[in-house]
Amino acid sequence: MNTDDLTRDLARAFPADTDHLNRLHDRLVDAAQAEGILDVVYRDVDSPVGPLLLAATDLGLLRVAYASEDHDAVLRALAERIGSRILHAPARLDTVARQIEEYFDGRRRSFDVPLDWRLSQGFRQTVLRHLPEIGYGHTASYATVARLAGSPKAVRAVGTACATNPLPVVVPCHRVVRSDGGMGGYLGGVDAKRTLLTLESAA
Amino acid sequence: MTGKQPFEAVVTTHGATVLRVCRAVLGGNDADDAWSETFLSAMKAYPDLPSDANVEAWLVTIAHRKAIDVTRATARRAIPVAQTPDTAATSTVDGHGLDGDLADMLTALPPKQKQAVAYHYLADLPYTDVAAILGGSIDASRRAAADGIATLRRAYPRVPTRKGEPR
Repeated sequence: MNTDDLTRDLARAFPADTDHLNRLHDRLVDAAQAEGILDVVYRDVDSPVGPLLLAATDLGLLRVAYASEDHDAVLRALAERIGSRILHAPARLDTVARQIEEYFDGRRRSFDVPLDWRLSQGFRQTVLRHLPEIGYGHTASYATVARLAGSPKAVRAVGTACATNPLPVVVPCHRVVRSDGGMGGYLGGVDAKRTLLTLESAA
Repeated sequence: MTGKQPFEAVVTTHGATVLRVCRAVLGGNDADDAWSETFLSAMKAYPDLPSDANVEAWLVTIAHRKAIDVTRATARRAIPVAQTPDTAATSTVDGHGLDGDLADMLTALPPKQKQAVAYHYLADLPYTDVAAILGGSIDASRRAAADGIATLRRAYPRVPTRKGEPR
């Protein structure tokens, strides 16, 4: 018996199967939660605009990310900015995941979950906080949103705020369009924006 | 990328190895407790871990200490319990029992030998790291692992080796 055989046999003699590791992982989430050492929890949710990453802190939903943003990169950025004690904990995000599913089924018009706004600062956050005033199924121009946010001339800044929205879908930056009727850009891609607007206009 | 990986990546990358090591050193339910204690404690300390640290060696070091704690706690409440059937591995003709036998044999080794074998062969740590965990010299760790392996080889000849080969 050579060393490689022995290593392989030892690994087989002390198995670590996926189900068992998943149970230990769940225990770790519970223990970390009880000790208050979790910075961020996250999960995926499927949607017609691709898998969405949902990340939350104790304060509320922190981040929604499209696949095009690279979920791993988003989580690394959260580790840098918020804290590295991040765990995959789907059950902790059941409420928001269910609301997102209801939204895409056309059964929900607004979201009712606490939000953690800390990834957006200053005027950008002011802009984003006004976006829910654009009702479901409606759109508003960048200029209108600038007026809503109290700075009628800050049209470009509104564009930037929407383009860097950390909470797309839930904070409806997709309802902000160009004054000439054009759709304007979208951080999840123009196709995703069209899908959301079509969904809302159909309901 | 200078920053630190989310802790989830640490769990998914090293969770299996740490569980194998805990099972080798402790066996049974105690291994689960040691695994849980290890990752909870690692998670607390994670923000202060230097980003160039060897994460696996760090985790095995914590697991080593937690295993000692768990062993002591178990010894303190030592109430004899009936042997449960699934812990008593039985040899079978098709070879299924061999893994269980090997596990039993490793667990029966003296602690230093068992730990040296687990940390070097299961966790793949170099002897410098094994020695740092166990204390003592690198040579002493290497010897402990070699002695342990020699015992395993004597007690656990792989069967069958090759057709017609003398056993």
